[in-house]
Amino acid sequence: MIAFSEIGHLALFIALICTCFQTCLPVMRSVSGKSDLLAISKTLQSAATALVLLSFTALLYGFITSDFSLSLVATHSHSAKPLIYKISGTWGNHEGSLLLWIVILVVFGGIFAWTSNALPARFVLLTLSVQGAVTASFLAFSLFTSSPFERLATPPLDGRGLNPVLQDIGLALHPPMLYLGYVGLSLAFSMAVAGLIQGRIDKDWGRWLRPWALSAWSALTLGIALGSWWAYYELGWGGWWFWDPVENASLMPWLAATALMHSALVVEKRGMLKSWTVLLAILGFSLSLLGTFIVRSGLLTSVHSFASDPSRGVFILMILLIAVGIPLILFAWRGPQLSSPSDSALISRDTALIVNNIILVMATAVVLLGTFYPLGLELVSGARITVGPPYFDATFNPIMAIGLFGMAVAPMLMWRQGWLRHARAGLLFSAAAALVLGAIMSFVFEIFSAAAWAGVALLIWLGMGILSDMQSRIKFHQPAQIASRIRQLGMPVWGIWLGHFGMAVFLLGALGDGIGKTEVTVRAQPGDVIEVGQKRYRFIEMQQNKGPNYITETALLAVETGSGEQLGYLTPEKRFYPAERQTTTEAAIRPRLSGDDYAVLGDGDDVKGYSLRLYHKPFVSWIWGGAVIMAFGGILAFIGRRPLKTQHADLSGLL
Amino acid sequence: MSVAASAKRRRLMIILSAAVMLGLAVWLVTSALRDNIVLFFTPSELTAEHQSAKRLRIGGLVAPDSVQISGLTAQFSITDEQEIVSVSYEGALPDLFREGQGIIAEGRFDGDQFIADTVLAKHDENYMPREIAESLKEQGVWQGDTAR
Repeated sequence: MIAFSEIGHLALFIALICTCFQTCLPVMRSVSGKSDLLAISKTLQSAATALVLLSFTALLYGFITSDFSLSLVATHSHSAKPLIYKISGTWGNHEGSLLLWIVILVVFGGIFAWTSNALPARFVLLTLSVQGAVTASFLAFSLFTSSPFERLATPPLDGRGLNPVLQDIGLALHPPMLYLGYVGLSLAFSMAVAGLIQGRIDKDWGRWLRPWALSAWSALTLGIALGSWWAYYELGWGGWWFWDPVENASLMPWLAATALMHSALVVEKRGMLKSWTVLLAILGFSLSLLGTFIVRSGLLTSVHSFASDPSRGVFILMILLIAVGIPLILFAWRGPQLSSPSDSALISRDTALIVNNIILVMATAVVLLGTFYPLGLELVSGARITVGPPYFDATFNPIMAIGLFGMAVAPMLMWRQGWLRHARAGLLFSAAAALVLGAIMSFVFEIFSAAAWAGVALLIWLGMGILSDMQSRIKFHQPAQIASRIRQLGMPVWGIWLGHFGMAVFLLGALGDGIGKTEVTVRAQPGDVIEVGQKRYRFIEMQQNKGPNYITETALLAVETGSGEQLGYLTPEKRFYPAERQTTTEAAIRPRLSGDDYAVLGDGDDVKGYSLRLYHKPFVSWIWGGAVIMAFGGILAFIGRRPLKTQHADLSGLL
Repeated sequence: MSVAASAKRRRLMIILSAAVMLGLAVWLVTSALRDNIVLFFTPSELTAEHQSAKRLRIGGLVAPDSVQISGLTAQFSITDEQEIVSVSYEGALPDLFREGQGIIAEGRFDGDQFIADTVLAKHDENYMPREIAESLKEQGVWQGDTAR
C-alpha cells in the first residue's frame, strides 16, 4: 500500500506541473488562437489548489499520527505531545511552514479564479498566469530544496520533539494569520504585473485590486499583533516589540500594504497615482518575499531563526530578484503611458493621501535601512554592529508621528478640492483638547519628556479628531435622526473611522506601557514582600508541578494593593521538557484593561533565593486591542466596497 | 487661477514636501546611526580605545569556574580562548546562561571591568550567536554542531 505521505508528495509534483502550464497559457493563445484558455487556466488553478490541499492534509496526517518514517515528523514532533501542538507543529518548522505558505498561495489563487467572472477575461488570464508563476516558484523551492516528505529508512521509536517555546497556542494562530497577509499581497502583485503587461491601469483596476489589499492588510495586522502578543507572554522579556529583524520583516510589508490600500483608493476614486500604486503593489509583495528570505536564510540573527541552510537562502534570493526585476523592466516599458492629468487642488483628500504615501514609504525605507545596515557594513568593512531600538525610536517614531497627525486631518477633506463642512471647527477643537488635556495629563502623571508629551498630545488629537468627524456626520445632539444617518453613512466610512480609531487605541497602549511601566528585579526568598509601584507582591512559596510533557518549578506570588488588600495570585514558572531536554520560562500575567501585572521567575535555589522580575504595565493590552479594531476597520472597508462589475466595455479583445 | 497653473503649483508643493520629508528622514537616519549603533567584538579583538566607547557588545564563551553570584549581581568572565574579559551584570540571567555557553554581553567598560546591562543567550541549546560562531570558527576553537 502506498503511504498517504507519498500521495502528498506526488500531489505537490502534479501541482507544480499544473501551475507551470497555467503560467504559460497567455503565450499559447497567440500560437493556437483558441479562446477557451481562461476556462483551462481556472481549471488548472482549481486543480493546483486541490492538490496542494491534499498534500498539506497528508503532512498534517503524518504529524497527527506521529508517523516517524517522515524525517520532518521525527525531528520536530513527539508522540507524547498534546494533539493541538502536533497539529500546529506541522508548520513549526521550515519545510512545513513553507507548505502552509503555498497552501495559502493556491487558496488565494483559487478564490480569485472563482470570483473573477465579472472581470475582463484577458486580465484574469494574465493575473492567474503571474500567480501561477509565483506558486510554481515556491513549489519548486519546496520540492527541490526543502521537501516536507523526506523519508527515513529506519524510523526512530520516538521523535525529537518540538522546541518548547513553540508549544503554544501562539504557533497555531500567528503563522497562518501572518501568511494570509503576506500571501494576500501576492494577488495585488499579480494584478499589478497583469495590468502592466496589458498596459491598462485604470479606475476599474484600482477597484479590483483594493479588496485584496484590504484583506491582506487586515490579516497582516492581526498576524503581527498575534506575534507581538505571543512574544509578550512567552518570551518573558516584558516587551511587546523588540525591533528584531524578523519583526521588521513583517512590519515593512505592513507599511507598504497600508500605503497600497490608501493609494489604490486614489486610483479607484480619481484615476490618479496609477504608476505609483503599481510600484507599491510590487514593493509590498517583494517585501513579503524579503521577509521570507530573512527568516529562512539565517542571514540576520533573530529569535525566529529556523535551522538555516545557505542553498535555501540563494533560492529565495533568486525568486526575489526575478519577482522584483521582471516587473520593474515591465514598468520601465509601460510606466510612462500611465500618467494621467490631475485636476486636484492642493487642499484635497487626494493630496492628503499622497502625503500619507510619502510618509509610509519613508518609514518603510528607514526600517529597511536599519535592518540591513549591519549586514551591509559587515560586507564592506568587516565591522560587526547592532542597530537596536534606539535607532528605530529616533527615526521611525518621529516620521510616524507626522503620519498620525495627518490621520485626523485627511478624513475631513473632500476629494478633488476643499474641506468638509465642520472640519475646521472639529480640528480646532481637537487641537485645543490636545494642548489643554495634554498639559493637564503631563502635570498629573508627571510626564516630563518632550517625546512622551508629544505622544500624549498626538493621541488626544487623533482621538478627538475622529470623534468630532463622527459628530459632524452623525450629529449626536439630534437623537431622532441618528439611526437613519448611520444607515446612510456606509461601511467604508466606518472602515476609516475604525481603522484610524484602532490606531489611537494602539497608541494609548504603546504610550501607557512606554511612559508608565514599572520594572523591579529582585532576589527573594519565600516569605518576602516586594514593592512594585503602587502594588505589593507577597512571595508565598515555591511549588513543583507536572504538566502533560514537562515538569515545573513554580513561584506562588500574591498580588496586593499598597494597603494590603489581596487582588489575586501570579504563578511564574520554569518548565523543564525532558523529551527536548530544554528549560523555558513562563511569565505569569494578570491582564486588566488598566494594565497588566507581569511576573517572571529567574534562576535560584532555597539558599541564595530566587531572582524575580516583576512589572506593572499600564494599558498594555490596548496595543493588541487597537490592532484588532484596525483589522476590523479594514474588513468593513472590504465589505463595503462597490460591486466588481466593470463599467467599460470589455477591452480584452483589443490586446 | 487657471486649472493648469493650480495643478502646477500643487505638484510643486507635493515635490517640495516630499523633499522636506526626505531631508528629515536622511537627517534622522544619519544622526541615529552615528549615535545608536553598537559595535561587536570578541575579547581578543578589543583594543585600548574600545574601553572608552559609550556602548559595545562582547561575545564569547562563559569561562569555566568564573561565575560568582551574590544577590542580583553576577560576576563572570567571557573568553574566546585567547583573551579574557571580566564582566559584572546586575539582573536576571537568561535560562541558558552557564559556564561554557556562548553569550553576548552589552554595556560599557569601567576601567578593565565590563559593566553589562544586557546578557543574551538564546533559548535553543545548540544555538550559537552568529558573530560568536564565526569568530570562534576563525580561531579554530569551535567547529559547529559536529564538534559536540
